[in-house]
Amino acid sequence: MTAALFVPCYVDQFYPHVAVAALTVLERLGVRVDVPEGAACCGQPSANAGFGREGHSTIERFVDVYAPYERIIVLSGSCAVHVRLHAGEVVAHGGRTDDAGARVAERTTEFCSFLHDELGVDRVAELGAAFAARAAVHIGCHGLRGLGLAKPSELQGRPFDKVRALLGTVRGLELAELSRPDECCGFGGTFAVGEPAVSVKMGRDRLRDVTLHGAQAVVSTDMSCLMHLDGLARRERLGLPMFHVAEVLAGDARAR
Amino acid sequence: MTQRAFELPVLESHEPVDHAAAAAAFNADVARTDWHDESLWFVRVKRDRAAGAVPEWEALRARASSIKEHALTHLDEYLVQFEANASKNGMQVHWARDADEHNRIVHRILSDAGARRLVKSKSMLTEECGLNPYLESHGIEVVDTDLGERIVQLRHEGPSHIVMPAIHLRKEEVGDTFHEHLGTPAGLSDATALAHAAREHLRARFLAADATLTGINFAVAETGGFVVCTNEGNADLGMALAPVHIASVGIEKVIPRAEDLGVFLRLLARSGTGQAVTVYSSHVHAPREGQALHVVLVDNGRTRQLAREEFWTSLKCIRCGACMNTCPIYRRSGGHSYGSTVPGPIGSVLTPGLDLERYASLPFASTLCGSCTAVCPVKIDLDAQLFRWRQHVVERGYVSAAKKAAMKSSVKLFDHPRLFRVAGSLARLGLRILPAPLARIAGGPWARARELPAPPKQSFRAWYRRNRPGGAR
Repeated sequence: MTAALFVPCYVDQFYPHVAVAALTVLERLGVRVDVPEGAACCGQPSANAGFGREGHSTIERFVDVYAPYERIIVLSGSCAVHVRLHAGEVVAHGGRTDDAGARVAERTTEFCSFLHDELGVDRVAELGAAFAARAAVHIGCHGLRGLGLAKPSELQGRPFDKVRALLGTVRGLELAELSRPDECCGFGGTFAVGEPAVSVKMGRDRLRDVTLHGAQAVVSTDMSCLMHLDGLARRERLGLPMFHVAEVLAGDARAR
Repeated sequence: MTQRAFELPVLESHEPVDHAAAAAAFNADVARTDWHDESLWFVRVKRDRAAGAVPEWEALRARASSIKEHALTHLDEYLVQFEANASKNGMQVHWARDADEHNRIVHRILSDAGARRLVKSKSMLTEECGLNPYLESHGIEVVDTDLGERIVQLRHEGPSHIVMPAIHLRKEEVGDTFHEHLGTPAGLSDATALAHAAREHLRARFLAADATLTGINFAVAETGGFVVCTNEGNADLGMALAPVHIASVGIEKVIPRAEDLGVFLRLLARSGTGQAVTVYSSHVHAPREGQALHVVLVDNGRTRQLAREEFWTSLKCIRCGACMNTCPIYRRSGGHSYGSTVPGPIGSVLTPGLDLERYASLPFASTLCGSCTAVCPVKIDLDAQLFRWRQHVVERGYVSAAKKAAMKSSVKLFDHPRLFRVAGSLARLGLRILPAPLARIAGGPWARARELPAPPKQSFRAWYRRNRPGGAR
């Protein structure tokens, strides 16, 4: 099996080291990975802003580029949910009448889900990652509620958390429990600039929860959440480093 | 065209609601925003505890959702069945196409009975219809008797929450309002003392009332009866004392059978306030001896929403308020920022159906985090419906030209990989060489409180080409 790794546009441009870490982790675990060229974006930013129709060509392009792969590993819970929900809307495209869109939707997964569900925690443990720190975990809302990365606090039933299970393999890493385990960080794509007052307030509140519980770092499934939280933390000089789960598993995370 | 003797609050102005601006104004007072957020989060935590104590909670939600979907897809049958059975029970059933007709029906019932003083309880629908100003313009005294509703009525404000209408007010502000209107001592802010004063004040209104108006939580088609849920017993006082009882209800509140109440009553209070059940769940089946009992079934845009394939399930709503309590935006912007009788996620799905241009900003007052959907006792996919309304807002052109242009050019970038690479490296270069103060200006609303990402020298794509030369192209 050859899997494709999808590196979202903002990760490609602003956080290349995170994509390198994800690629490294997958390769070390023996996954054959391609990072195909030609689709920079999944179409979520325009669709969530209401421009789904205008942005349709973006997801068509995504389907074209990723259709040949058996597994599409997305380095963002949010983009993964968008592809899973909307790639199926790409039908009868480019003269084809096949169900390429639906197949791409079905084959799309997110980085942590892939590691947890398809490789298993025991294999991930073989990476032997270490990170001596007390960290807070922030699972992006779409990965949490849209992909089921963990049990959302609203739902009743048996608790589970795939991200904490993966991070449990990391030597020296202690996880801080927050007062509001899965409160949104306030990024929300264009919400961050369309509703800056509430967006910033939500981010500050999230950071206060993190620092109040003695965390020295934040680990997340989504760099978009971290772009927002890190932007706030740096402006406020909190000295709070932030990492994607892939960086921690690759052994790239360092406490400040 | 008929001349309106009044103006409906919901429709009085076509000036668009600017949620972001109202939210920014709310956030100017950080301490108050924190207090509001924490008060509502406290209710959300209570809800979690109450839901967690019911082992079959998720099964109950699924059951409630399917009962409501069944009822809504057979609404024509159940409404007629309810009317027939309610009439058999001695109620008079009226049908109102819109707010205007509802208000006229209520006024006619009151004037036929010679009623001048009305005590009201538990009705967001009459807020939606603008009943109070209509009746007042016809010389009828209207007193809202739910404590929170009475407080906002005295202050000439609308409710900021459908279950806790005065949740935006601190007890000191309530003290000031009561001092002004009820004559309590200046500076009195003890909650028990204020509640006592309200009780004295309201008791006199109950005794003097010629008529009472209540809402309805559930109208049961099979029995022709209905249920009113309150915590204060005020609806019951009104119903027990007044010679005329009018119950106004949105047509979506009809459920098929009495046994369905066993599902909804277990969900309603637990979801809304974290109580096991509301203090009073009053079942009304027939008028008292000598009492006239009227039920007004109100459409006011509901059949239009029901006809919308993308939004009809929003009518499953049982008005518990859980989506407001959990919404991180509602908690930090307050109910009034939505400019709609029903605020929060459900309001942002229902109200655009009444006037999309005016309420175009509401579907965007969300990060689409999905907490509302997960908390909803009848499983309305609120975040998905907010997403769909956004598409309609843009299609109808209710977004700024600047936003449209920005979106078009970003789509163009994504459609042209080479252009994206060039634009990306220019942007990164710009961020690297721009002095910090200039970068803050260039960063717009983002950079007012947040740093921009520290730009790396090369993109991942450039790294990949160099380090995985045999890799995919």
